Amino acid sequence: MRIAPVLKPAAALLTGLALGLLATALAGESPLHVLGVLVRGAFGSRYDLGMTLFYMTPLLFTGLSVSVAFRAGLFNIGAEGQLSLGALAMTWAAFTFPSIPAPLSWAVSMLAGATVAGAWAGIAGWLKARRGSHEVISTIMLNFIAAGLASYAVLNPFKNPETQNPETLAVGASHILPALPGFGDAPVSAALLIGLLMACWLGWLFQHTRWGFELQTVGENENAARMAGIPVERVQIMAMVVAGALASGVGLGEVLGSAHRYKLGFSPDYGFVGIAVALLARGNPFGVIASAFLFGALHKGTTDLDLETEHVTRDLALVIQALIIGAVAAEGLWARLGERLSSRLRSLKGRGGGG
Amino acid sequence: MNKMSSPRWGLLAVCAIFGTLSQAMAAPIRVGLVLDKGGKDDKSFNAAAFHGAQDAQQKLGIQLKVVEATDDNAFEAMHRALAQKQFDLVIGVGISQGDAVKKVAAAFPDRRFALVDAEVSAPNVRSLLFQEHEGSFLMGVAAAMASRSGKVGFIGGMEIPLIKRFEMGYQAGVRHVNPKIEVLSSYVGVTSEAWNNPPKGKELALSQYGRGVDVIFAAAGASNLGLFDAAEEKQKFAIGSDSNQNWIKPGRVLTSMLKRVDVAVFNAIELAAQGRFEGGIIRHGLGDQGVDAAVDANNDKILTREIRTRLESVKKQILAGKIQVPDYYQQRK
Repeated sequence: MRIAPVLKPAAALLTGLALGLLATALAGESPLHVLGVLVRGAFGSRYDLGMTLFYMTPLLFTGLSVSVAFRAGLFNIGAEGQLSLGALAMTWAAFTFPSIPAPLSWAVSMLAGATVAGAWAGIAGWLKARRGSHEVISTIMLNFIAAGLASYAVLNPFKNPETQNPETLAVGASHILPALPGFGDAPVSAALLIGLLMACWLGWLFQHTRWGFELQTVGENENAARMAGIPVERVQIMAMVVAGALASGVGLGEVLGSAHRYKLGFSPDYGFVGIAVALLARGNPFGVIASAFLFGALHKGTTDLDLETEHVTRDLALVIQALIIGAVAAEGLWARLGERLSSRLRSLKGRGGGG
Repeated sequence: MNKMSSPRWGLLAVCAIFGTLSQAMAAPIRVGLVLDKGGKDDKSFNAAAFHGAQDAQQKLGIQLKVVEATDDNAFEAMHRALAQKQFDLVIGVGISQGDAVKKVAAAFPDRRFALVDAEVSAPNVRSLLFQEHEGSFLMGVAAAMASRSGKVGFIGGMEIPLIKRFEMGYQAGVRHVNPKIEVLSSYVGVTSEAWNNPPKGKELALSQYGRGVDVIFAAAGASNLGLFDAAEEKQKFAIGSDSNQNWIKPGRVLTSMLKRVDVAVFNAIELAAQGRFEGGIIRHGLGDQGVDAAVDANNDKILTREIRTRLESVKKQILAGKIQVPDYYQQRK
C-alpha cells in the first residue's frame, strides 16, 4: 500500500490544526481546552456526530464537484452558484409535483436539480472549450448571476406567502428523504448515503473507464490528449456538466433532507469550502469522503466555541481551514523540509558510523 | 381545628423558608442570547437586545452568553445547542429566528425561550412584539414638521411586512401633518444581508437627498449607519430606529424611534430569574413606552419645542383612539 498520498494531506491537516490552536493561545484560551471543545462538539454525542455528518453531506457533493472538474484540469469555482440553482430546481420539482409516489419522486427532484445545475456549469464549460474564456472567471461571474436568479425566484414566483422569511413553498411529503436513525434530532438523511455512493462510483469511473482516462489525459496534457484523438472540448464540457450536476446534490441534504424548502442564503459557502475539501483530497473521490468528514467535523466543532469559550468564536473554523489549505499548497516547502531532514539524518548517521 | 392546623402552618412556614433560601442560594440562571446578522455592534436593533441582556447581567447577576449567527441556517443549531447545554432561558432576536425557536421550543418543553419580533404560540415561549407603526407615526410627524423642502424619505432594511409596517405608519404620520408632503421610499435589499450593508444605505440616502428630500427615517439595522454618514455629508436630517441613535451624529439625527427591545429582553430575563417566567404574546406600544421618540441632549436643539409638543399631543390622541394609525399587518389580512 502506498502511504505518501495519505501522509501529505494528513501532515497538512495536523499542521493547520496545530497552528490554528496555537493562535487561540494568543487570544488567551488554552489550546487544549479549545481542542477538547472541538472534539466534543463534533463527536461528543450521537446528536453531535449526526450534525457532523449533516454538515459533511453538502461538502461531499461540492468536494466531488470540484474534484471532477479538477481531474480534467479545470478549476470549478462555481459550485456555489451551481448548488443554489440546482437546489432551487429540485425544490421547484418537489413542490410542483407533490403527488408522485416515493421512490420515483426522489428521482424526479434529483433529476431536475442535476439537469439545471449541470446545464448552468455547462455554460462555463462551453465558454472554456469553444471560446477560450477562462473557467475561473466565468464560473465566478456565473455565481453572481445564479445568486440573483435564486433571489428573484424565491421572492417572486416561488415565494411562501405565509412567512416574512425569504423562502419557497414547502416540498411535497413524498419528496422528503428519510432520516437516518440513531442520531437523535440531527437531520442526517439518506442524502449522505447517496453522496457516499456517488463518491465510490466516481472513484471507480476514474480508474476503470474510458471516460475517466480521457478526463485525466485532458487534465494532464491537453495537447497530448488532442494528438491521441481525444475530443478535448467535449471532455471539458462534459466535466463541467457532471461537476454542476454533482453540486446540485447539496439540495438533497439541505432541502429534501432537512429544511424541506429553499431558504435564501442557506449555504454557508459550501461551494467554496468544497474547493478546500477537494484540495485536501487531491481530487481523489475516496479522499473526498475523508476530507468532507473532517471539514464537517470542523464546522460542527467550531459552532460550540461560541458557547464554551470566552474569546474564540466559530470563525476559528475559517482560520484552521485557511491554514490547512496553506499547508497543502506549500508542496515545495514540504519537499525541502523532507530533503533537509533526510540529509541531516544521513550526516548524523555518517558521524555515528565514524565514531 | 386550631390544634390541627398550627403544625400544618408551621410546616408550611418551614417550607417557605427553605423555598426562599434555596432560591436565594441557587446558582444564577444561565441566559443565551442569539443575535441576528447585524450583530451586537449594529448600534440599532441587536445592540438594544444586547444592552438589555448586559443590564440584566449586571443587575441580576445572571450568566450570559451571546452568540451571533453567520448564516440563516445556523439559528436552529444554535438554539438547540444552548437548550442542550442547560441554558435556562434562550432569547432569539429577530424575525428570521421564528422557525428555529418554534422547533427547538417544542423539542425542549422544560426550557424557556423568548423571541423578539416573531410570534410563536407555545407555553414555554414568550413572544415580544412591538407596535412599530405607532412609533413610526410619531417619526412621520417629526419629519414632516422639520422638513422645509416638502419632501421626506424612508429607507427600509429588508423588504418584508415588518418593515412595511414602519413605512406605512411613517407615511400616515407625515400626511397627518401635511397631506401635500411627498414621501420617497427605498429598501436596502431583499435578503437578510440588507440589515448589514451601510454602503448601500448611504447610497440610497444620498440619492434621496439628491432628489430634494431633507429628512430621512431609516429602519435598516446596521445599514442605518450609512444614512447618518450621508446626513452629515449633505447637512440634512436623519431619523434613527430601534436604539437611541441621536448620539451617532449629534445635530444631524433629528430623533430616533425607540423600540425598547432592551427593556423587553431585560424583563423576560428578570421574570425568569425570579421564577415567574410565563409564555405568551406580549405587545409593547406607546402606552408602556415600548415604542417612543428619543429626546436627549444630542437633539435638544434640532427637535424644536413645537415638534415636541405636537408629538406629545399626537401620542395622547393615538392612545385615546382619536387617531387611527394604519397597521400593515392588519391590512394584509
